[in-house]
Amino acid sequence: MKFVDEFRNAELGAVLAGQIVSLAQSDRHYKIMEVCGGHTHTIYRYGVADLLPANVELVHGPGCPVCVIPMGRVDDAIAIARDPRVILTCFGDMMRVPGGSGSLTEAKAAGADVRMVYSPLDALRIAQANPGRDVVFFAVGFETTAPSTALTLMRAKAERVCNFFVYSNHVTIVPPIRALLESPDLRLDAFIGPGHVCTVVGARPFHFIATDYGKPVVISGFEPLDVLHSVLMILRQLAEQRCEVENQYTRVVPYEGNSQAFRVLADVFELRPHFEWRGLGFISQSALKLSAAYADFDAELRYSVPGVRVADPKACQCGEVLKGVIKPWECKVFGTACTPEHPIGTCMVSSEGACAAYYNFGRLTRRHREPERELV
Amino acid sequence: MIHSAPTDRLLTLNDAREREALAKIARVRAAPKRFRDERITMAHGAGGKATAALVSGLIAPAFASPALAPLDDAGLITIDGAELALTTDSFVVRPLRFPGGSIGELAVNGTVNDLAMVGARPLALTLSLVLEEGLDAEILRAEIEACARAARAAHVEIIAGDTKVVERGHADGMYVCTTGIGRRDPRARLSPASLAPGDRVLVSRSIGEHGMAIMLARGEFELDSEIVSDTRPLWPAADALLALGDRLRCMRDATRGGVATVLNELAVASGVTIAVNEANVPVTPEVAGACELLGIDPMYVANEGTLVAAVAAEAADEALALLRAVSGAEGAAIVGEVSADETGMVIVNTAFGGRRVMDMLVGDPLPRIC
Repeated sequence: MKFVDEFRNAELGAVLAGQIVSLAQSDRHYKIMEVCGGHTHTIYRYGVADLLPANVELVHGPGCPVCVIPMGRVDDAIAIARDPRVILTCFGDMMRVPGGSGSLTEAKAAGADVRMVYSPLDALRIAQANPGRDVVFFAVGFETTAPSTALTLMRAKAERVCNFFVYSNHVTIVPPIRALLESPDLRLDAFIGPGHVCTVVGARPFHFIATDYGKPVVISGFEPLDVLHSVLMILRQLAEQRCEVENQYTRVVPYEGNSQAFRVLADVFELRPHFEWRGLGFISQSALKLSAAYADFDAELRYSVPGVRVADPKACQCGEVLKGVIKPWECKVFGTACTPEHPIGTCMVSSEGACAAYYNFGRLTRRHREPERELV
Repeated sequence: MIHSAPTDRLLTLNDAREREALAKIARVRAAPKRFRDERITMAHGAGGKATAALVSGLIAPAFASPALAPLDDAGLITIDGAELALTTDSFVVRPLRFPGGSIGELAVNGTVNDLAMVGARPLALTLSLVLEEGLDAEILRAEIEACARAARAAHVEIIAGDTKVVERGHADGMYVCTTGIGRRDPRARLSPASLAPGDRVLVSRSIGEHGMAIMLARGEFELDSEIVSDTRPLWPAADALLALGDRLRCMRDATRGGVATVLNELAVASGVTIAVNEANVPVTPEVAGACELLGIDPMYVANEGTLVAAVAAEAADEALALLRAVSGAEGAAIVGEVSADETGMVIVNTAFGGRRVMDMLVGDPLPRIC
């Protein structure tokens, strides 16, 4: 595939890997967090970690939109879906996320009308094709997907579609990163920044990581060469004792972000005072709800939902995994009671979830090439 | 100048606790599958882990039979010295017609292929139709003709049948069920448990075309493409490979769950590791592009005329030549190798130079593709 295969070129990967080996100090252990689940997926899908030296460790962060949804919100979605008026639409991964009492897949098998869509516009189309039903879109995602939900709502309003509703679970990336940085058990050297979020918000919102917390950030693309290149840029910053926000993903991310997307978001959404994150607890101003101008489309106002906070299962350590405190396999239930086919925690559901990525792709005896050093 | 040398000097990195965690997972994975779901979901029909749990946890134990136990594509039974293969399959594909084929053609080829994969020459089929009230007679006529054409092409006769009609709103137009009988070829020495270290794994053509053709034919993605289903009878390819005698270990039709699921079944049955070289797996640019857009791995996408074969190492080149001489298998390729590690796992050497696990399909990316 043109413009894709170029970023998966094994020879260039080997060159970058060689440069990383030469730059990494052998007496130092580097822990770099990739914030975004898309990077986690890339790292496992292509076996990127195999190309890194043993002392450069990638830690998986909280940026998987499916993984951060708390059980209570899933239960609320199931309650909406059980209303016989409702066609509930959602992305495929959300259907398998367990709530306190089953998942949407199970609710569908029990009779609820739950349909998988690939975009909120598909949900709007279903609403237009079924004027006698309520069509609810279970919206999840960071700033990356929020604009498409917003544009869909703008179109629904313009076309006066009155049977389309959004159950917003959109979240924002900066508050959980700040929460992570404040956490006392944090042991990270640097961050790989979330490229797709940055296409919307730009690089500026991440400066506090460098200035206030002294950790380098490199905003990265999602192909394996992008990730290796970003690791190299981070090691360069650390070697040169620089601490900056750098943009590796220049082919897509403008420094200032996308002002049009900002305007759309500001029209359609407003910040919630607080929102519960799976495993991380309540975080202030970390999520978006529909603004007053779009209240007629707000599923949370139209349906009465339990709205109950459901505590995570005791055995589940998704929170520690999301914070990068433990590795997926260190969780007590990983791979035994909690598997992709019967997940207990959200991290085991989405292919961007750290646990599912490790289980599906990374569950092998890792071997790294021993670098051969020629000293000049 | 410092560089990473592409040597085989590999360091094992996992610490003892991680190795212990991996061993625990391997034990859970190897344990007999239990069916413990409260209801049937679409995932139980997807051909992956949920299907495996349903079949080996609920259905197979009820009929404890040595012929059923291997859970092969067809069961074998010897009658008065004649070794026969018997199989059955239902077809619920939506839409009924798709680029490259239709439900009638699929219903014949699917059953013929299940016979071929156990080394049996297909002889005869039965055809059962469940029709929806209101179905356009022209559609039915076209599908009956498609069945007849496919049967002629596969050199099988349709010798019995049944028709039922259900009320409007059921059966999505029509469901088709075929049962097939074949005679086992005396050259066949096939078993999914016979893979040995060093064996090579082949696929008979480029993968993922049927599933993507169906998915795009549903029109949900507004993607135009030239992808057509690979539906075709596999007996000619199987017949060619049977010339290898016991150097041919096993053949599988890579339908639901795709090549990845077939390889996992073989790795588990033989207690070996299969290493797949991603760069050698044939995928057309159209399928690769559509899969990339939809976030689907072509290794999990269904095929309806593509087989996976495991052969002895020294027979690999001959197997490749035999396949490539068969119409529809000109694009055959050697895609992997069996190693001695008794993991029951499939490992991919990625084209990027790393490694990863490739497990069975979980969930249901493409419902009702056959």
